[in-house]
Amino acid sequence: MSHANDIPGLWQGFSSLVRREVLLAWKRPGDVLNPLVFFAMVSTLFPLAVGQSEQQLQFSAPGLVWVAALLATLLSLNSLFVSDYEDGSLDQLILSPQPLPMLALAKSVAHWLVSGLPLILVSPLIAFSFKMPSSVIGVMALTLLFGTMSLSLLGAIGAALTVGLHRGTALLSLLILPLAMPILIFGARTVSLAAAGDTTTAGVYFLAAYCMLALTLAPFATAAALRISNE
Amino acid sequence: MSHLLSSHALSLLRGDRCLVRDLDFALDGGEILLVEGPNGSGKTTLLRAIAGLMEPEQGELRWHGKPIHENYQSYRADIAWLAHLIGFKYDLNLLENLAFESGLRATDRSRTESVLQRLGLQKLVTLPLRSLSAGQQRRVALARMLLATAPLWILDEPLTNLDAAGQSLVTELIAGHLAGGGACVIASHQPIATSATVRQVLLK
Repeated sequence: MSHANDIPGLWQGFSSLVRREVLLAWKRPGDVLNPLVFFAMVSTLFPLAVGQSEQQLQFSAPGLVWVAALLATLLSLNSLFVSDYEDGSLDQLILSPQPLPMLALAKSVAHWLVSGLPLILVSPLIAFSFKMPSSVIGVMALTLLFGTMSLSLLGAIGAALTVGLHRGTALLSLLILPLAMPILIFGARTVSLAAAGDTTTAGVYFLAAYCMLALTLAPFATAAALRISNE
Repeated sequence: MSHLLSSHALSLLRGDRCLVRDLDFALDGGEILLVEGPNGSGKTTLLRAIAGLMEPEQGELRWHGKPIHENYQSYRADIAWLAHLIGFKYDLNLLENLAFESGLRATDRSRTESVLQRLGLQKLVTLPLRSLSAGQQRRVALARMLLATAPLWILDEPLTNLDAAGQSLVTELIAGHLAGGGACVIASHQPIATSATVRQVLLK
């Protein structure tokens, strides 16, 4: 009995997993909204706390937005594989005839769709509350795009490594933060440069390159980590 | 001719305990490999090794005479896995779960309706799995096996949580699968009524 021809193609496997993840997020909106609310609250409470001095706000905004984005993403990464591990879906994913790195990529893409993308969409609002020049909005969204995508991809490695542990939260952050530092530094600095009216191409290029590196390597590392954690 | 599934001097560790030592078996189409033993004797570990979810410490498993890890991706297309955990999302309903399933592995969707009817699930397809009883969830997991077109079924305690009708249904389904030339690896405390050849593995 051979059914090699009936196995759904790569794209079908990829898109059904992305669709399932988005559907799950839709049915449990709390999981999606929590990090987003966290991000929005940190970014809007900060101006209230430090006062309305325009100069001070503009000075601290890029760093603050990026720290909030990083923490919001880490917050939602914890649960990336936990429910799959607990209900046995992870076994079924690993045992499916689809290549596991492709499924890991689908998990990261779905995570970005429900966590990174909303952050980017609310970022203009944040820029507004920090009284930043409107010219910054584009650069901020672009750097957040590459940055959150890299975080979803790299974070999946940490989430996969810690999936079998009951309290993996702190460990996950420790594993991921070193990899996230370049994103934070370049992201915040690039937005600062944009606010000052300087050229930003170098920072954007670096973040794009970092994102491409994560895109090509992280799914393989995630797949290997999942196999080990699930043994 | 090589056997469908065979093990050669297989040894398995769980933590630092050796659960299976130098195990040899051979299984052909239409046969059952029945794994028996008390709790904690390594039944699930052996099943996970047969599925390729864990690496053996020593020895190897062969599918059609070739080590399973040599061509693991195509081997995965040939197995269907049923364990204690349902392997579906509790927040989604049966149709959504099965739609995902058919994007992942080869399934015979034309049989969906008849399979659901046979399992008595046709009225429950739009409820989230969370709201089904343990026995119904078990039947949902069986739906995956029946829609999959895999020749090797690996079943860990397939009769758990099922009522008498459910248990005899599983026995029937296994018989049907074997009659079609498939093979089963089953870990069970309860005897499985069957007229097929049963190869026993007793773990201590």
